[in-house]
Amino acid sequence: MALTIITAIVVIGSIVGFLARYHHKMDLEQWTVGGRGFGLVLVWLLMAGEIYTTYTFLGASGWAYSRGGPVLYILGYGPLMYVVSFYILPPLWDVGRKYKLQTQADFFQARYDSTWLGAFVALIGVVCLIPYLEIQLTGLGLIAEVASFGAIQRTPAMIIAFALVAAFVFVSGVRGVAWVSVIKDLLLVFAAIFVGIAIPHIYFGGIGDMFAALAREKPNHLTMPGATQNLGHAWYVTTVLLAGVGFYMWPHFFAASFTARSGKVLRRNAVIMPLYGLTVPLMLFVGFTAVLVLPNLSNGDLSLLTMVRKTFPAWFLGIIGGAGALTAMVTAAIQLLSGATLYAKNLFRPVLSPGMSDEQVAKVAKIMVLVLSTGAVILAIYSSLSLVSLWLLGSAGVAQFFPGVVLGLFSRRVTTAGVFAGMAAGISVVLFLMLTHRDPFYGWNAGLIALCVNFLTTATVSLLTLKQVDRLEATIRAFAAAPAGDEAGLS
Amino acid sequence: MKRPSLGAMLCGLVPFAASCFSVSLWDRVYPMVLGLPFNFFWLTLWLAITPLCMWGAYRLEEPRSGKRRREQGGSL
Repeated sequence: MALTIITAIVVIGSIVGFLARYHHKMDLEQWTVGGRGFGLVLVWLLMAGEIYTTYTFLGASGWAYSRGGPVLYILGYGPLMYVVSFYILPPLWDVGRKYKLQTQADFFQARYDSTWLGAFVALIGVVCLIPYLEIQLTGLGLIAEVASFGAIQRTPAMIIAFALVAAFVFVSGVRGVAWVSVIKDLLLVFAAIFVGIAIPHIYFGGIGDMFAALAREKPNHLTMPGATQNLGHAWYVTTVLLAGVGFYMWPHFFAASFTARSGKVLRRNAVIMPLYGLTVPLMLFVGFTAVLVLPNLSNGDLSLLTMVRKTFPAWFLGIIGGAGALTAMVTAAIQLLSGATLYAKNLFRPVLSPGMSDEQVAKVAKIMVLVLSTGAVILAIYSSLSLVSLWLLGSAGVAQFFPGVVLGLFSRRVTTAGVFAGMAAGISVVLFLMLTHRDPFYGWNAGLIALCVNFLTTATVSLLTLKQVDRLEATIRAFAAAPAGDEAGLS
Repeated sequence: MKRPSLGAMLCGLVPFAASCFSVSLWDRVYPMVLGLPFNFFWLTLWLAITPLCMWGAYRLEEPRSGKRRREQGGSL
């Protein structure tokens, strides 16, 4: 029963995805940035669709269950990343339209006048997207497993769902993704509100009573460091800062800002988006309820689905599972789309075959969609990290783009060598601290430490290579003169 | 690229101060408000207040970019 409903929701979602290409000629510009014609509603749906992902749906309740207090960082950074986006996305959009930028690496290539820097950014971007893709896949696998009471193995479920995702990315590009977002957002908001209120009510008589019981029985679970040893206040501040500034550095969110019709749309979006985060606390209620009701789960990420299965009839589990599956697929689709475009346009073409036309780039990108999805399936089968941990890993990596983007937009004195050195230093620190299991490092988020090293290196090397600024003078001046956005020049 | 105005930057600093740097002041369970532990209540409250701050920033920033737009007269 549950599985039938999940399948039905997934099929309907995919049909909408396929139909979205109708009336639009799919060239590279349309496929990647929707022809730069999305208004407030569609951009909002696209961004919300990408932001409220499997990581929020299953991962947040999972951390509420397994870690307790530290999960508050998700509530903390949510509004702050929109605050940051308010200042950087509109100018980015201006530059994007002026230079016809489609990807994040395009930006670096244009601003710093270096194909190699663009290729480097593309490489890091694609690598960081892989754990994020893996989150969606793992989520799909968990949903299939719980909804079928273990009858369906995770692996075949992941493979089938991912073949479907790759297919609709292949056919309809970013427009398909935006329209599937509409369906899944409606389902997800409904699911969050209903489940978040109903589950504490059924077991404890209300949200307040649930928290009162939890505070009585596990007094330390609700504050930091909760059930962990080392995720205290210093970790909270550094992680919220890293996630807040780093969020729009994810290649797919960065590129999503180019789909807007104007910079004004992005600014308005930044103002209203935090309200969409009001559903996140509801997901956490479910995780906290599960602490007392299901004390012995092997995997915290299962807490929301298991609570739903235990509490409601099978058809309802089907709706929740369908919402979750569609969410995972939409997110995975947009990640595949940006990863593939980045690879084809900024890594493959400039390094291996400079003479390629846009049509050929689009072809390589589509092949890359298949390669990336296969790679992520393989990794998801063998990985055992929790959903939130995977996300933190990728975030620390992409946050290293921040100095290059912000200084590139607002400073005239930053140089190509500076940005390259800073990014290399930042990435090395991330790799070292994470691979040697030193995150958090003395209570600090490793990614933020890397970001500080990155900023310092960028500034120092830029000052040492200031002569280059004269050579780049023309580019920098052109960037500074990018029109102040909005409807200007559309005529 | 023109930097955002000081006023608009300050509007953006308020949510950072309230929901990030001040964590040790509000990370506690009691007093519970509306049935939520205090830290939970505080952050949820700021989900709702942050748009107000950014609406202020929008009001400060939008006339500036509109002015620049007119000055450049759509030349591209």
